Amino acid sequence: MKSYLLVAVILFVVFFNSCNNYSKQDVFHGLNLDPVNDSLTLPGNFGLVVVSEGVGKARHIYVRDNGDIYVNLESKVEDSSLVALRDTNGDGWAEDVKYFDNYRGTGIAIDGNYLYASSRTEVFRYTFDGNELLPNLNKDTLISGFEAKSNHHPKGFTFDKLGHIYVNVGSPSNACMEQFRTPNSLGKDPCPELEFNAGIWKFNKNKINQTQQIDGIKYATGIRNAMALDWSEANGGLYAISHGRDQLNTLWPGQWTDEENAELPSEEFFKVDEGDDFGWPYCYHDRFQNKKVLAPEYGGDGKIIGRCEDVKEPLIGFPAHWAPMDLLFYTGDMFPERYKNGAFIAFHGSWNRAPLEQKGHRVVFVPFKDGKLATDKWEDFAVGFPHTEHVTGSSRPKYRPIGLAQGPDGSLYIADSRVGKIWRIIYMGK
Amino acid sequence: MKLFLRNTRCRILCMGFVMFFIAGCRNENSKIHSTDITVEKKNAKIETPEYLEGKKYFNQYCMACHMQDGMGVPGMNPPLVKTSWVLGDKARLIGVVLNGLSGDIEINGELYSNSMGSFATLEDKEIALVLSYVRQSFGNDAGPVTQEEVAKVRASIK
Ligand code: HEC
Repeated sequence: MKSYLLVAVILFVVFFNSCNNYSKQDVFHGLNLDPVNDSLTLPGNFGLVVVSEGVGKARHIYVRDNGDIYVNLESKVEDSSLVALRDTNGDGWAEDVKYFDNYRGTGIAIDGNYLYASSRTEVFRYTFDGNELLPNLNKDTLISGFEAKSNHHPKGFTFDKLGHIYVNVGSPSNACMEQFRTPNSLGKDPCPELEFNAGIWKFNKNKINQTQQIDGIKYATGIRNAMALDWSEANGGLYAISHGRDQLNTLWPGQWTDEENAELPSEEFFKVDEGDDFGWPYCYHDRFQNKKVLAPEYGGDGKIIGRCEDVKEPLIGFPAHWAPMDLLFYTGDMFPERYKNGAFIAFHGSWNRAPLEQKGHRVVFVPFKDGKLATDKWEDFAVGFPHTEHVTGSSRPKYRPIGLAQGPDGSLYIADSRVGKIWRIIYMGK
Repeated sequence: MKLFLRNTRCRILCMGFVMFFIAGCRNENSKIHSTDITVEKKNAKIETPEYLEGKKYFNQYCMACHMQDGMGVPGMNPPLVKTSWVLGDKARLIGVVLNGLSGDIEINGELYSNSMGSFATLEDKEIALVLSYVRQSFGNDAGPVTQEEVAKVRASIK
């Protein structure tokens, strides 16, 4: 009988609160859980806290060991493009929000007492003196000299444990065509863009005023754009996930249908070792044939392999055009054991599937075991980010995942690019 | 919370009811907020053969980036709905198709930073038809672009 009374009371409370978007009636370790997971679908026993309704058009996000949150923005807010957030009372919501500095970029991370952040052409370094929210704004330029370009400019980066920083330098073009994105234009051969672009460059993380040309080591090449990269000590090194090329159908009319273009090529998740070549622009990955094939700009027809014989294959080919924006190896203790050292990937969602329905905006999980992929299967982790509208060939999600970070307690933070909403995912099963 | 979790049967029951009520209210919560520009789906224009041919070229050459409804992709490819580029100076509009366009541009407060290639390989007539289609679709209502106008701009940039 008692339990029915409890049911009635709870129903009453929930009923009156659930129609209010901001109602919080569940509390877990002091955190105000969103009762409906903000309409996202998560695996069982995971819940979330909304950290911010929107900080501006977010890119990457990082959480300091004291719980302070740092986000790099794609557009300026109040003439600033970096933002720091602090939850002052432990309920999960960040009350204290401070904007600083003013370039538009992508990468952000903390290493020791330094905050690193990238613009489109530089990587900067700020110093924390203590526990303050904002670092000293007298920053150093760590690296400069990256070519300014409008395609694939995001300088995502990560660190190893030996004092290096690895920076993604995307390709300035889609497929290194002689005529930029022009139907039937052949590819430049060799592709001159590969000299200072379309790869991952390695630098000293402690030396200021480096330039790409003088100090950069081309760690790996043939990578169209892998702004999503992370170093995993447990899995033996650097991993990245790259955006595959666009427009097979419209650049090579008659050779690829709209349906084929919507599913080709793969977004490639790979382990990156020094000296690797992943084959862009000469090759692309076809996940149905499970191999790299020659690109049409270089004589390919979707089957010929040719010079792609020796390029390194991905670990997993993800569905085409989903747009991987961030990669995070989970090292926390909060989530169940199977998540340990596995990879979370934030997909922004497609645009190049038109006229077919756009797809992909979600966060997925790739399990790892004993330093390797556990299987070649990946699974959805956070899905159901709402759309504003569905029109054939067009989709405008209200939220699109773009940044991932791990909190000191093992929470997983997800940042959205449309308005900069931030969610903190927690596991409640323990 | 602890008390609540302890009784599994109660928890399952509650969850069921909770889901039920939440579902009832969710329509309200997840109401579609269009942060982008309103889409106007109706095409006032009569679908003449020229209009349909322009539409064919649009779907073939432009849709990949600007989408079937001309709404583009946030942050990447701009919309073609009532922008000053589409409705304004025709020579400038023709120039975009002949030369391509890159660098950041801001339209209705949103920055777009992908790049558009040149379509100079299309014939004057095809460009005229596709631009006329654009100027008369997606809620746009502006006069057509002629083949001669395209030829004139093409000559000026050679
Ligand atoms: C590869 C993708 C792509 C294709 C294909 C493409 N565009 Fe664009 N278009 C863009 C981008 C990106 C911009 C903005 C460029 C910038 O940021 O500087 C743009 C800008 C424009 C603009 C000016 C800005 C505006 O929104 O009014 C017009 C007009 C336009 N495109 C028309 C066309 C037409 C017509 C076609 C087909 C013949 C076409 N585009 C094909 C990507 C594309």
